[in-house]
Amino acid sequence: MKENRLYSKEHEWILPLGEDAVRVGITDYAVKQLGDVVYVEVPEVDAEVSIGSEMGTVESIKSASEIFAPVTGIILAVNEELEDAPELVNASPFEEGWFAEIQLENPVELEGLLSEENYQAYVAELVIEEEA
Amino acid sequence: MGKELKRTPLFNYYKENDIKLIDFGGWALPIQFSSITDEHKSVREKAGLFDVSHMGEILVKGTGSEGFLNHLLTNDVSKLTVGQAQYNAIVYENGGTIDDLIIFKLDKLGYLVTPNASNTEKVFQWMKKEIVEDVILENRSEDIGLIALQGPYAERILQKLADDDLSKLKPFHFFQHVALKDITSVLISRTGYTGEDGFELYLETDETEKLWHLILEAGMEEGLKTCGLGARDTLRLEASLSLYGNELSDEISPLQGGIGFAVKTKKEADFIGKAALTAQLKNGVDKKIKGLELIGKGIARHGYKVFDEGGSEIGVITSGTKSPTLSNSIALALLSTSGNEVGTKVKIEIRNKLVDAVIVQLPFYKREID
Repeated sequence: MKENRLYSKEHEWILPLGEDAVRVGITDYAVKQLGDVVYVEVPEVDAEVSIGSEMGTVESIKSASEIFAPVTGIILAVNEELEDAPELVNASPFEEGWFAEIQLENPVELEGLLSEENYQAYVAELVIEEEA
Repeated sequence: MGKELKRTPLFNYYKENDIKLIDFGGWALPIQFSSITDEHKSVREKAGLFDVSHMGEILVKGTGSEGFLNHLLTNDVSKLTVGQAQYNAIVYENGGTIDDLIIFKLDKLGYLVTPNASNTEKVFQWMKKEIVEDVILENRSEDIGLIALQGPYAERILQKLADDDLSKLKPFHFFQHVALKDITSVLISRTGYTGEDGFELYLETDETEKLWHLILEAGMEEGLKTCGLGARDTLRLEASLSLYGNELSDEISPLQGGIGFAVKTKKEADFIGKAALTAQLKNGVDKKIKGLELIGKGIARHGYKVFDEGGSEIGVITSGTKSPTLSNSIALALLSTSGNEVGTKVKIEIRNKLVDAVIVQLPFYKREID
């Protein structure tokens, strides 16, 4: 279990950092769908993002996938290591492959995200659909 | 997905091994078995095994077949001897490409033509429309499986299964009716689309999975890996081999699409599209496939626009990837020919940003011949 994390249906994980900030990355499910990550485009620090808006891109050899902001706020920090080592997203999606940190504008938005348990159930359904 | 995907002879193998399949032009095929990067590298350094059974196979037989094919194809079919293969193109009257394909001269009066999977029916219908007396056409795509074994270790792996001396098989030549262990009749051609040495093995659908396992076993200690469509695409792109639907299309002639070597306007036979292609050769083409290397960050994908330094649109990306061998971001683009020489700086529009790139010499990757 990844303690304290929340999840979006777009396969981002959200780790609360104190009361009004979060760290965001993509889940192992998303990484598996993507395959080998070869390029990551992170947002600018201080950029304003709103919930559901595009804030970056993760590219595998075959395709480009947008990363959507799971919350509204201001970008506090980005994982600059991804620029030279995009493979960190494959190797360590929940830790070293983190994407950005966001200062929350509406902490109440966190209530709309999925718990670990609910996210796992959501993914299980997707897997069944995919296999059908 | 509502529609039933076509299955290759390896479909059961994929299911048993839990390999994820995608809809590739109506066929259920794997993008990757393990990782595109690993599969790609194994082909460059050792060997890789591909299921390409979705490719088409059309038999052309009869006393009129050479003349018939020479009238339809841009390359000079009369140059082929029995046991030789030739890369070729089939075009419309206006020079637009119907397909690129390989043709094998099986015997004095018989040829095997292998169109791309998604073009097989189109090519077959086109041939039927043009058919003349003394030619028999058979679409054998359903009955023939095709496996490609590619990479520097391909010969030593396949040799373990064959009594024939494979070192005698020259590039773009083939042996027929070869026995590989207890599979008695395989057509082995020294061809492929990865930029490496290798073989393509045509055989009956029913025996394809058996051969797949035999090769996997023979290649185990050589580091052979099963490879999917993803590595197939990055390998051919590094080797700058044109792909139908990307570098070639009904709007892109072979001369524009980077396969001018397969166009012989001076051959004796008149052929469909000759006038258009001769004019393109005489006047020069207005646009052509060129290679780009990105200086800025990102990956250029099919359909992205290309601009010159002054901001004028000069073309479009046809294929792009991060090259697993060269570790840089490469692309093929259909660019206006005026002024766009090797070394020219251009800009690619990637998600509303202009990223710097430079026109480079093709191919991006060429294997060292020992």
